[in-house]
Amino acid sequence: MTTGTAFWFASRATGVISLVLFSLVAILGILVNRQGRLPGLPRFAVTGLHRNLSLLTVAFLGTHIVTAIVDGYAHIPWLSTVVPFSSDYERFWIGLGTMAIDLLAAIIVTSLLRDRLRPAVWRAVHWLSYVCYPVVVVHSLGAYKDLRSGWLLALTMATVFAVVTAIGYRVLDALATVPRPGRVPEQLVRAEEIRADKAGSLR
Amino acid sequence: MDERLRVNPILCTGHGLCAELLPEQITLDEWGFPILADQPVPQELRKLARRAVTDCPALALMLVRDR
Amino acid sequence: MTTATRDAATAGSVEPAPIGLPRLLPATGQPMELAAHLHVHGATPYRGGPRMLIHTIESAGLTGRGGAAFPTHRKLTAVANQKGRPVVVGNGAEGEPASDKDKLLLWSSPHLVLDGLQLAAETVGARQVHLYVHRDPQKGQLVQRLESALAERAAAGLDRITVNIVTAPSRFLAGEESALANRVEGGAALPRFTPPRIFERGVNGAPTLVQNVETLAQLALISRYGPAWFRAVGTKAEPGSMLTTVRLADGSGGIVETAIGAPIAELLNLAEHPVRAVLVGGYHGAWLTPEQARHLTLSNADLRPLGAAVGAGVLAALPADRCGLVESARVVQYLALESAGQCGPCLNGLPRIAATLWQLAEHRSAPAARDDLHRWSKLVERRGACHHPDGTVRFLRSALTVFADEVSLHEAGRCSAGTYEPFLPIPAASPDHKDDWS
Repeated sequence: MTTGTAFWFASRATGVISLVLFSLVAILGILVNRQGRLPGLPRFAVTGLHRNLSLLTVAFLGTHIVTAIVDGYAHIPWLSTVVPFSSDYERFWIGLGTMAIDLLAAIIVTSLLRDRLRPAVWRAVHWLSYVCYPVVVVHSLGAYKDLRSGWLLALTMATVFAVVTAIGYRVLDALATVPRPGRVPEQLVRAEEIRADKAGSLR
Repeated sequence: MDERLRVNPILCTGHGLCAELLPEQITLDEWGFPILADQPVPQELRKLARRAVTDCPALALMLVRDR
Repeated sequence: MTTATRDAATAGSVEPAPIGLPRLLPATGQPMELAAHLHVHGATPYRGGPRMLIHTIESAGLTGRGGAAFPTHRKLTAVANQKGRPVVVGNGAEGEPASDKDKLLLWSSPHLVLDGLQLAAETVGARQVHLYVHRDPQKGQLVQRLESALAERAAAGLDRITVNIVTAPSRFLAGEESALANRVEGGAALPRFTPPRIFERGVNGAPTLVQNVETLAQLALISRYGPAWFRAVGTKAEPGSMLTTVRLADGSGGIVETAIGAPIAELLNLAEHPVRAVLVGGYHGAWLTPEQARHLTLSNADLRPLGAAVGAGVLAALPADRCGLVESARVVQYLALESAGQCGPCLNGLPRIAATLWQLAEHRSAPAARDDLHRWSKLVERRGACHHPDGTVRFLRSALTVFADEVSLHEAGRCSAGTYEPFLPIPAASPDHKDDWS
């Protein structure tokens, strides 16, 4: 086995791992946003897990990128780490990968600086993760043909399905939530019911 | 130079992380919203306070210089 | 009494300065059109540059007439000192259902307010001026009237800066200065988190001077007739006149221009009708017992020691046959519904307080009611972005104190009132709460 093949194999393996990790991070992010809990864990553990896994994802992603470029076979230039669609090899699919790197870089950097940025700015950039994820999935399926069959396809579908379910849950929960100014009458009705129950139980 | 915790009640949605990280300075009211101690953050808790500010999912918590 | 000296620039066609009352409201009782305004008061007495009016205002001792009674010269100075070109907003959105003074002032003496706007803008160096008024369907005519007044002034070349009218929703908090800034920017009239304060960063980030329309009208008069004239009525610590919305126990009432420091008993004609209690300062104000009201004057010097304040000049005498607890429950429910709903403590606490107070009012009491009210009051105080929960708690505490006997009666299933007919004005609940903040 030549070194070229070893790098190439490493790139694909870390790529798949990155995809799975990214999916987990996205699901945890939605959990944080909806104030969800993980059984037995304090609230700061959910956010902590979201952050730590995202940094782990960056580590695997970094390896995935470096091994792909260092491997001589495909001639992907270093420029392709930042400039989309600058690779001769699989221009489109690699280009999507580059886009994902750019978006992720913005998200990660703003998150590292989140206590120094205005909340609205941090939030706007973080929303880009919903753009980043589909780009990552399409890049993966396009650049790595083996993902389109066998157990790798099953794995990919399972992780994507999990993320889509989480997104669906978030959308439904958001739709069911009354926007804040409108919550006041709801609270008033609820308060009345609570008082009525209390009075009833005393008689 | 003293530092105090302040919360932006409009951004705060009651995640409750801050009270877990810094129970000496932050407790939650009966609806899950933070009640901050009305005193500067002691030196030994400054690092935890910084962490609570960074970790707040709503970015509602702030450390401000005491006037 | 001597006639106050006038600014030489306005001498000639102008009548002598009116020392007594009324000053803000037209002496004739009819709305004052531009020609009459110019005849009585003369043209707008521009000073010719920024900051030049501030010392006069300081000597006069003018304080804000929007409720907070903040020294006007300090506000002018603070805004003028900021970096960046300021914006001026005249606040005519009183929000308070029991107050009508700003509407009347804008209707009857619009040119005093509009003069004040121009003078304030000149003093702080502003180039953008807005006038903020409720859009109220019935009173949609007010906006029309103001627009034609502005057009007349434009034709006469009186205004140096074009005034932009911004309409406010009919909400209690619409006149809160950060909600006002949001609304003038084009958004919903919801309060902001401060700091930064509006005088530092308000409309579109610019330093913003927000003044109640009555304060502006006073400013316009002071700039013509001087500080000595202004101080000819009122007290030494709180000089000048003020507009008060009074509601007497027999249901009559209206808007009165009075000297600050006038006895409350006179303003409410307490000698004529028996009263249960007196409300001072509106729905964020406080109840007084009849005894207290009989001995106090309408001044912060008298009222602050009792936890009350002059506020925006609202005085209501609750008839003896009404139930103070039921009236208060109506008010607190209204205040709960008027929460912006942005802050957890207010959103959660005020409705629960309102429901519990209703429980007491309707004799559905539980022993925990008083403890719950006490606990929730402490939980909502000073934990919101604005002072809505604070004002509500002030009103609530004064009600529980002044009507303590009534509370005990209600807990025993009785009431001392003769009728539950509503006395204090409470607007009907908004049909579509969440959409009508803009």
